Amino acid sequence: MSSALRPLLVMVWKDILLEVRSKDIIISVLVFGFLVAVVFNFALNVSPQRVSELAAGILWVAFAFAGTLAMNRTFVKEKEQGGLEGLLLSPVSRDAVFLGKVLVSFLFMLIIEGLLLPVFAAMLGFSGISWALILTILLATLGFATVGTLFSAIAVQTRSREIMLPILFFPIILPVLIGAVEASNIALGYGSGIGLDRWLPLIGVFDVLFLVICPWVFSFVVEE
Amino acid sequence: MANYPRAESSFQPMPATGMWSLASWPGYLAIIGLILMLVDVYLIFLVAPTDSVLGHVQRVFYFHVPMAIMSFLSFFLVLIGSVGYLITRKDRWDGLAHAAAEVGVVFVTLALITGIIWARPVWGTWWTWEPRLTTTLILWLIYVAYLMLRSYAPSRSQGAVYSAVVGIVGFVDVPIVYYSVVWWRSIHPSPVVGPFAQSGALDPTMLLVLLFSFLTFLVLFAYLLLERLALRDAEDRVRGLRFALRRAGYNPGAPD
Amino acid sequence: MVGRNAEVAIRVEGLQKSFGDEPVLWDLDLEVQWGEFLVLLGANGTGKTTLLRLMSTQARPEAGQILVAGYDLKRQPRAIRRNIGVVGHLSYLYEDLTCRENLEFYGRLYEVKELSRQLEMVLDRVGLTQRAHQRVRTLSHGMRQRLALARAILHQPSILLLDEPEGGLDRQSVAMLRQLTAEWTADGGSIVMTTHNEELGRSWAHRVGVLSQGRVHFPQGSPGGKEAGRHAVAAAHSSNAQHLPAKAASQIV
Repeated sequence: MSSALRPLLVMVWKDILLEVRSKDIIISVLVFGFLVAVVFNFALNVSPQRVSELAAGILWVAFAFAGTLAMNRTFVKEKEQGGLEGLLLSPVSRDAVFLGKVLVSFLFMLIIEGLLLPVFAAMLGFSGISWALILTILLATLGFATVGTLFSAIAVQTRSREIMLPILFFPIILPVLIGAVEASNIALGYGSGIGLDRWLPLIGVFDVLFLVICPWVFSFVVEE
Repeated sequence: MANYPRAESSFQPMPATGMWSLASWPGYLAIIGLILMLVDVYLIFLVAPTDSVLGHVQRVFYFHVPMAIMSFLSFFLVLIGSVGYLITRKDRWDGLAHAAAEVGVVFVTLALITGIIWARPVWGTWWTWEPRLTTTLILWLIYVAYLMLRSYAPSRSQGAVYSAVVGIVGFVDVPIVYYSVVWWRSIHPSPVVGPFAQSGALDPTMLLVLLFSFLTFLVLFAYLLLERLALRDAEDRVRGLRFALRRAGYNPGAPD
Repeated sequence: MVGRNAEVAIRVEGLQKSFGDEPVLWDLDLEVQWGEFLVLLGANGTGKTTLLRLMSTQARPEAGQILVAGYDLKRQPRAIRRNIGVVGHLSYLYEDLTCRENLEFYGRLYEVKELSRQLEMVLDRVGLTQRAHQRVRTLSHGMRQRLALARAILHQPSILLLDEPEGGLDRQSVAMLRQLTAEWTADGGSIVMTTHNEELGRSWAHRVGVLSQGRVHFPQGSPGGKEAGRHAVAAAHSSNAQHLPAKAASQIV
């Protein structure tokens, strides 16, 4: 299996190298994510009493918007110099190209989320970063990355790419968003009712389903 | 080496009726549909009993439910057209998907509007986040994204491919959306009940009216779909003519 | 390794391609021999780039058949990609990586053996050894084209597809390109190149085709691709006693 994995790792390494050099995705998206939380804090009037209601929601809205921004910029960058075309010209399979890009988005989003989480915890006043929360973040981010990469590849070819990605992305990932918010609520100790044994599998099933479908349709998206 | 089809090198006249244009059908369906609709309106307002709890407003139900079901049926057709197009790349599948999407978006919009008409007088709010209604809203958003993609894509064939992808991904997603909202609602219950719900078992007369309504809207849907397909067929024929002229060396005016 | 039906480098039959409403290519037949340098001329919009993109698997034909290096486009596109080197309008290079890093990336994707050595060789060939550790962003257009060429030959393909590679190059770079292409065909590889520079195209090519009305036309009354191609290639190679067909064959396989 290592020969199938190799192109993925090569692609990921290339994107990490690019990001280290240019630093134009992670830092800017970090700032954006932080701004979202600040805005929400004031818009929703988050007081210590209301943190339990609102924390998970604010967290995931910030993550979702930051995520779409990161994925959009990754693809725009790839398209500009013909990087994507270069990848498609290589003997690497379309599936591998897609999964490579998903992996890169997944990694970048995790880094951003990992850096934002303690900041939000301090700002909004919640605590308790548990394994359940980490698992939720991993599963949900994978769902975001899979669907987001597919739609980024589409959106970047259209006329109004900035608006096209959110319009495509948000209706589809709604189940992941709901699941992530509710699971986070429980993980942070605020929730009740339906437990993690429902929400996490929901996100998991979503991930598996779309990890199968999206590579297949991706090959149609990139052909001419 | 396998034999691949050679490209056409001479202009062949297009057949008088393409696959989708069933010349006389839409006309007949329109008339039948009109009659059915008149009967349906009569049934809904004068025959169906008034709901004991909700009053006359409940009659929206007979419009809302069939429209919502038609919009889901339409999306199923979008799925079929999308999968067919991606696999065969034959334009007729894309025609089906496109027509079903355009007709479907009309139905889902009406379904949402009737949902609002329901909510406002009964509950004082404009909207209820009830699972079925919410799923209908998401479906509406996916339809809109589908049609937007077609306009914003760089070329027609690319627009067809991209929207086919959305059609497939969206269809798979809708059931998941439904269940996630059901579970979400069970944690955050609301006192507001949507137009799908009925107080108690359905009165037999109500059921009959509902079924008739369903039939009416099915005919209406079929009529609109066939008309749209015939229209697309005509568009395609014009395109074919232009193409053939171009190959013969003439330069007809650029398409709009 | 080339495929089973590899008597010719490229064979196109009955090709049809349109973009939306616009037909671009139709009824297109073409054959490119091994060791042949084919130049395609034609006005803007006649489909030169489209034809190249079809041959390089970047676009799909609506109808017709394409065989590149003996592989069928519809059945084995990945095998085709292994056997072609492409220089297009976009550079396929990453601005923030160095020349070396770019080549390393593609070299790994193509699973090039002895990558380091191959990389050095290729950089030397295009005259970029001095700039191996410079970022692409800092390079001039001419240097980038050289690197794009290096990228195309890194994995030792048998066929080069070049889309207006000489555009914006200084004299030195053009000379380098000329030498590279001459050596390429002498070694038995094939080249299909598009250009707007008719003079250059005619002087470099074994054969010149003109794209118009959806097809490739060969002026001077030649009877369509095959015969003219073989004669041209034979004539070009016979003047160079050292490069025997056997050597060419062994280079490819």
